[in-house]
Amino acid sequence: MWQALVRWFHRWTSPKIFYQISRPWIFWSSVAAIAILAVALTWGLVFAPVERLQGNSYRIIFIHVPSAFLSQAIYLAIAIMGLVGLVWRIKLAFYAAKQCIPIGASMALLALVTGAIWGKPTWGTWWVWDARLTSMLVLLFLYLGLWALHNAMERQETGDRAAAILALVGVVNLPIIKFSVVWWNTLHQPATLKLTQAPPMHISMLIPFLMAIVGFYLAALAWGLSRTRLEILQREPNARWVREELDQLGSAR
Amino acid sequence: MNPKRKQRLMLVLLGTCGVAVTVLLVLFALGQNMNFFYSPSDIARGEAPFDRQIRAGGMVREGSVLRDPTSLRVSFVVTDFVEDVTVEYEGILPDLFREGDGVVAIGRLNGDGIVRASEVLARHDETYMPVEIADALERAGYDSSKYDY
Repeated sequence: MWQALVRWFHRWTSPKIFYQISRPWIFWSSVAAIAILAVALTWGLVFAPVERLQGNSYRIIFIHVPSAFLSQAIYLAIAIMGLVGLVWRIKLAFYAAKQCIPIGASMALLALVTGAIWGKPTWGTWWVWDARLTSMLVLLFLYLGLWALHNAMERQETGDRAAAILALVGVVNLPIIKFSVVWWNTLHQPATLKLTQAPPMHISMLIPFLMAIVGFYLAALAWGLSRTRLEILQREPNARWVREELDQLGSAR
Repeated sequence: MNPKRKQRLMLVLLGTCGVAVTVLLVLFALGQNMNFFYSPSDIARGEAPFDRQIRAGGMVREGSVLRDPTSLRVSFVVTDFVEDVTVEYEGILPDLFREGDGVVAIGRLNGDGIVRASEVLARHDETYMPVEIADALERAGYDSSKYDY
């Protein structure tokens, strides 16, 4: 069982095999993401009931929370891939980690912007420097730092390693974001979705909410896989199969 | 695992844990400074400075909101159900400001223990309930804030 899992994992770590087997994954996760997001966002933004206190302004939660979740999950994935790259010297882990940065950064930005838009009508302010908002801003800066490190290095391999180390250093920010609303008092409300108890959200809002989260994850998966495929083509231009693939892509045009 | 990889893994994990512990120790050393607002209990213990801009937060005590009929002056009591602090404010309150809900007042604490606020922010909780259901519960005589989801 364990051996089979290791073999399966090893298949994925070869750029050539990854390039081939990721294709159906991209297709099916995109299809599922589009279908689920179409239902979840129409349901959430149009048909879900008006909230007792916040009225319609709570509806931004259907975008705000999925993007905030993803920005943290993607950061964790980047750090784990960085660790795998540093310890096992698997190039593909570095390629994927690099290409996840813009996705995570855009999710962090989306979470901050939708949070500000939600904050104005509910709290009465766009922004405050409480622990939750500030640690999310730090997450966005970490993403920008990772991207800058990749681009600052003359040799791409140096950039890969430097960014992996920064990603691992920044992991400490994830529990800070998660528990900021528990450890300290903040203007931001505590989490609605908790592992230990039923969420205090009515079922007519909860279903589209959970669907939107799943849809965002699937969309990010498809997006990350396709960016990683392009990174492989860019980073290994001398491999024969890459040359052949590029020729084929060029002639198809 | 081959020894070289094992060594690298240990090095990276130790480094990461070292950084994490350092950062968390710094955060907990900061203590009160990490909090966005002082609770009424903090203020009662004398932790909040006088005549400097502070934030005081808690729940608006039911029935404590007094509005001046001829101006925008309003006063209300912020409570954490242990201690109380009175807030005076002149201006427009946020839409979500209501009795029994969360609030953060930004202003100065004077010698009488009253916060003169220059800005009032509303807090909202993590519960989401359709307005129809809240109304139905109220009509049936239930307290909608104690609804079990």
